Amino acid sequence: MARRLYNFHGGLSLDDHKYEPTRLSAAPSHIPPRLYLPLQQHIGSAAAPVVGVGEHVLKGQLIAHATDYISASVHASSSGIVEAIAEFPLPHPSGLQGTCIVIRTDGLDRWSVRDHLPRTDYRTRDPHELRQMIRDAGIVGMGGAGFPTAVKLNPGPNVKIDTLILNGAECEPYITCDDLLMRERPEEIVEGMLIMQHILQADTCIIAIESNKQEAYRCMLAATQAAQNAALEVVMIPTIYPTGGEKQLIQALTGREVPAGGLPAKIGIVMQNVATAAAVYRAVVLGEPLIARYVTLAGGVPHACNLEVLLGTPVRYLIEEMHGVRATVDKIIMGGPMMGFALPLDDVPIVKTSNAILISTVADRPLPARVEASACIRCGECTRVCPAQLLPQQLYWYARAREFERVQQYHLFDCIECGCCDYVCPSHIPLVQYYRYAKTEISAQIRDKQKAEAARQRHETRLQRLERQKLERAQRHETRKHLVENNADNSTTGGAGNDTKKAAILAAVERSKIKRATSEGAQKNVENPPSDVQQKISEVDARCAKKCPEPRDDSAN
Amino acid sequence: MLRLKTPSSPHTHAMTSVSITMLKVIVALIPGIVASTYYFGWGILINIFLAGATALISEAAVLRLRHYAIAPALLDGSALVTALLLALAVPPIAPWWISVLGSLFAIVISKQLYGGLGYNPFNPAMAGYAFLLISFPQPMTAWLLPETLSGVHLNFMEALHVTFFQAWPTELRVDAVSMATPLDLLKTQLGVHKTISEIRFGTSIIGDFGGKGIEWIGNWYLLGGLWLLYMRVIAWQIPLAMLATLFALATLFSLYDPDVYSWPMFHIFSGGTILCAFFIATDPVTAATTPKGRLIYGAGIGALIFIIRTWGGYPDAVAFAVLLMNIAAPTIDYYTQPRVYGHGK
Repeated sequence: MARRLYNFHGGLSLDDHKYEPTRLSAAPSHIPPRLYLPLQQHIGSAAAPVVGVGEHVLKGQLIAHATDYISASVHASSSGIVEAIAEFPLPHPSGLQGTCIVIRTDGLDRWSVRDHLPRTDYRTRDPHELRQMIRDAGIVGMGGAGFPTAVKLNPGPNVKIDTLILNGAECEPYITCDDLLMRERPEEIVEGMLIMQHILQADTCIIAIESNKQEAYRCMLAATQAAQNAALEVVMIPTIYPTGGEKQLIQALTGREVPAGGLPAKIGIVMQNVATAAAVYRAVVLGEPLIARYVTLAGGVPHACNLEVLLGTPVRYLIEEMHGVRATVDKIIMGGPMMGFALPLDDVPIVKTSNAILISTVADRPLPARVEASACIRCGECTRVCPAQLLPQQLYWYARAREFERVQQYHLFDCIECGCCDYVCPSHIPLVQYYRYAKTEISAQIRDKQKAEAARQRHETRLQRLERQKLERAQRHETRKHLVENNADNSTTGGAGNDTKKAAILAAVERSKIKRATSEGAQKNVENPPSDVQQKISEVDARCAKKCPEPRDDSAN
Repeated sequence: MLRLKTPSSPHTHAMTSVSITMLKVIVALIPGIVASTYYFGWGILINIFLAGATALISEAAVLRLRHYAIAPALLDGSALVTALLLALAVPPIAPWWISVLGSLFAIVISKQLYGGLGYNPFNPAMAGYAFLLISFPQPMTAWLLPETLSGVHLNFMEALHVTFFQAWPTELRVDAVSMATPLDLLKTQLGVHKTISEIRFGTSIIGDFGGKGIEWIGNWYLLGGLWLLYMRVIAWQIPLAMLATLFALATLFSLYDPDVYSWPMFHIFSGGTILCAFFIATDPVTAATTPKGRLIYGAGIGALIFIIRTWGGYPDAVAFAVLLMNIAAPTIDYYTQPRVYGHGK
């Protein structure tokens, strides 16, 4: 049965450079002397350490737990002693530092106890329980953005997911970690997919693989046939960058478009990376948390290859292990040449989302240096290749002129930063850099506006409170004055005055009741504003929601 | 500690540059230039040299005045393309200062004064041409009879003499070898109430579907244009929309009254139509850039060419049609934004 495929707009055909790193099977890398495990390797809140400095930890042991619904736990990738919990550089283009748990490894690689389910047992389990296992294993989307997988597998009670898509497109040049995983562990991927299918109750499961990965396609096809499940499909898709982008792959496979600002679940689709599926299998069936991943090493090493790397292994260690000459390195890209980012230093660890390390050396430059930009000649090539059907040249124009209103009218936040426009630009304009700049500026403006709004509201509430307190004080004062006066009357007129006194007290209580009621009413006015004000507020909310950048695609690679 | 370079992604780039694009345009013009030279002699090449040299020198001078780097701008080839297009539109026997003044106007006034490549709202070559046509109508409308018709061939030195001193070889008289263009002829003859068929078959200079002989020059431009399409240097929308609109309008009117409105192929293969469709209207800087916008832009030029040729004051209308649509391009782009992914059908 051949599935009908659809086209997405634009895209590029790139030299894939995938042959060399796939000649050898993925070898496990050695245990480095020290592992640096950042508390935040995912989208969401950072994990909180549960071990102390000096404590001995075993491989697979929980060392930091998820702090929030959108968060992910961290586990020790090998056995050893916690040497420090401190700030270290993270894999980030700015050289950002973040808290890492540093483990001095003992080389024994001793496992902790692994709780797991028997292979076939998951079908009888409640989806909630399985999600909890995935969550406890610290699994996040391994294709790029690192969104917690358990959250993605919980689209909500009233959302019907009809299609689960496994992304094995791997459309970026050089990156072959998913390719090799599909060749070497197809059964794990299929099992992981079946577990996710059970959780989501999806009708169809599609594994999408680009046509330049024939071997992986054959392996996945064989594994799927062995699973004997009619809901599973392996689909070969044309090799067009960026077909591995979440939105593009959905369009290519189903012809459906993810609504702007929405998630694929909105149209009944969940997408996961193939490596994530294998990790789910390992977590549920083998009881292994996410502690290692396949990483492609290419460029300035004698042989491009894939390694199964323990999370937390420094990039520097990998380069030296693969006999790269560190002194000649002038650029290291984490990720692919189109969407990866350049590392300012090599003392950063491999994390859950690191799929490739591209090394450029003085002698071996796999990637060309940036040419100086010239003026835009409005040739429109960028428009032709843009998979989001944007007008990149207009976006550039307005971003450069800091016309942020305009740049949003041209849908800046629908840009997925795939780099196609930049790649084809004959004037070599760093377009993506301009878009990132505009996005950052706009987000900062929105944050500032929100802060100012919050401060304004705080101030107004305070003024109201002070006003209310003042009124109440005056009220009390008046009541007391009345009481004193009545008492005075009482003493002069004798016992007959008792009734008037009671009446005065009653009247005062009544007055205060009315006052309180009106002041409460005034407050309610703020809580339930008149309809025109309400409408304005919701308009502002809608605008804010539109302007806020959506999270990056989890399975983009 | 090792400090590394951190450029922004993407970290790779296609083998493209503005120079390569312009070079391809120049290459695509070669068949047309060769064909023009075959029919009109050395004058074509002399004009190209004059216009090209003026363009490069004047661009360098203005860049120097603006304190900009000269070499990158000259090497991008855009000035040369402008000069080529202008020179090909100028009569081969025009005096030398026509090419020089036109090129000067194109580069200095309509390109560099607006900020240089990428910032000029008007097609520089067509602005230069319009400037010449309005200012010097007489030398701009005196064309050479194709050598295939007149049987007269000027050698290089004679052509130089004509260009620089307007001095013709003694045995030749100017009016024996010069002529009005077929479009011009048609216009004046229609003005004295002759029918199309009387004009068409009553003169020796009009052939099957354009000027006799020179109707083939269009085919050579077409060849280059198709190559540009194939190389993806230009998009198909503008040439197709422009030629289709012109053809459709011409067909419609010539069916309505074939005595007054010339036949469609004449429109396509006369004057600068083909050159305009593939090389002038497609100038990216001054054209519309959205796919739908390009269709409208091309159709607009086609329609304007027909309107100006038929009812306007100028026999060929390419320059004015292009300049008028240049003004409209930003507005067209604004109203033809494509539907962005995920924003409803």
